[in-house]
Amino acid sequence: MSKFSIITRGLVKENPTFVLVLGMCPTLATTTSAMNGLEMGLATMFVLILSNIVISLIAPVVPDKVHIPVYIVVIATFVTVLQLLMQAYVPQVYATLGLFIPLIVVNCIVLGRAEAFAGKNGALDSALDGIGIGIGFTLSLTVIGVVREILGSGSVFGWKFIAGDGILAFVMAPGAFLVMGYLMVLFNKLAKK
Amino acid sequence: MAACLTGVCLVCSAILGGVYAMTKEPIEEASRKALLEALAVVLPAEGEVNPEAQFIEFDGKNYEYYVQTLDTAVVCWAVKSAVGGFGGPLTLLVGVEKGGVVHATRVLSHSETPGLGAKCETEASFIDQFKGFDTSVKSLKVRKDGGDVDAITASTITSRAYAEAVSNAVKVVKKIQEEVQ
Repeated sequence: MSKFSIITRGLVKENPTFVLVLGMCPTLATTTSAMNGLEMGLATMFVLILSNIVISLIAPVVPDKVHIPVYIVVIATFVTVLQLLMQAYVPQVYATLGLFIPLIVVNCIVLGRAEAFAGKNGALDSALDGIGIGIGFTLSLTVIGVVREILGSGSVFGWKFIAGDGILAFVMAPGAFLVMGYLMVLFNKLAKK
Repeated sequence: MAACLTGVCLVCSAILGGVYAMTKEPIEEASRKALLEALAVVLPAEGEVNPEAQFIEFDGKNYEYYVQTLDTAVVCWAVKSAVGGFGGPLTLLVGVEKGGVVHATRVLSHSETPGLGAKCETEASFIDQFKGFDTSVKSLKVRKDGGDVDAITASTITSRAYAEAVSNAVKVVKKIQEEVQ
């Protein structure tokens, strides 16, 4: 497989949100606005790339029986590092994402990629896989966030083009499922062509 | 097998320890800055603010407060007041002048619904009604409950919690004044 296709695969063919349907908890919960979706995507991508690299390096020496605990410890370490760094340098972003940053540990995408890809491939390929899947996840979350923000608040990235309230249901949980469902249909319809 | 897991855990805890030590200072700095910013919003411009937190017990809960002095006389108090909102605790910093007049309020943290209750942090018409709110003539309750606070549309529970938090802060300041005298 060429290096380039490792990256592009994460965007369409193995898009984590619309095709693999992994990591739904942060996807549905944080995409109340475009900016929140983008920030959550980037945070996950950071963890994904670093954990993929480290896991691909240590995988050959880790005994099979303990590989899951070892992967989880590595992932949890990066998540905590990210959490501390965000708290220190971007407290505003940390305040909005707060609870969902520690939850990246249990995001199926991160462990899923460690198991399915990083554990069996080299460091470079694993890093590229992390970038590809990370970009796919970030774009998906941003798109869901944009749609929900337009319908729910009448704005895009905080820029308001409709005065007053939008359709509030789209900012809340039911709207997340609706938007997610329709986008998934649309995405798979287009991707099949 | 056990050695491998132990080794990984050791390395990871060493990394975490390092990052923790590295970010401890900036994190404290950031939270201090956020507090000072909030104090500047809820207290009058003139006078000295003591950034050291003080504590008082009221109604079974411990309240954190800050004192502002002007020429050695205390002119205003800022009380941290938390009440359960719609999605979780709603924590406010409330500036209270002598005589139970609210100077201004500011949300420190909340977990209200985005687009609905979360407006308690941004909607100026809601926040501004608390500026100069005189509790001796007006009642800190939403209109639905017979008070004088205009609730945020479709967010009565959040508005109620907000009003209650402000009301508690005013009561706390009353107690502080009584204790000093």
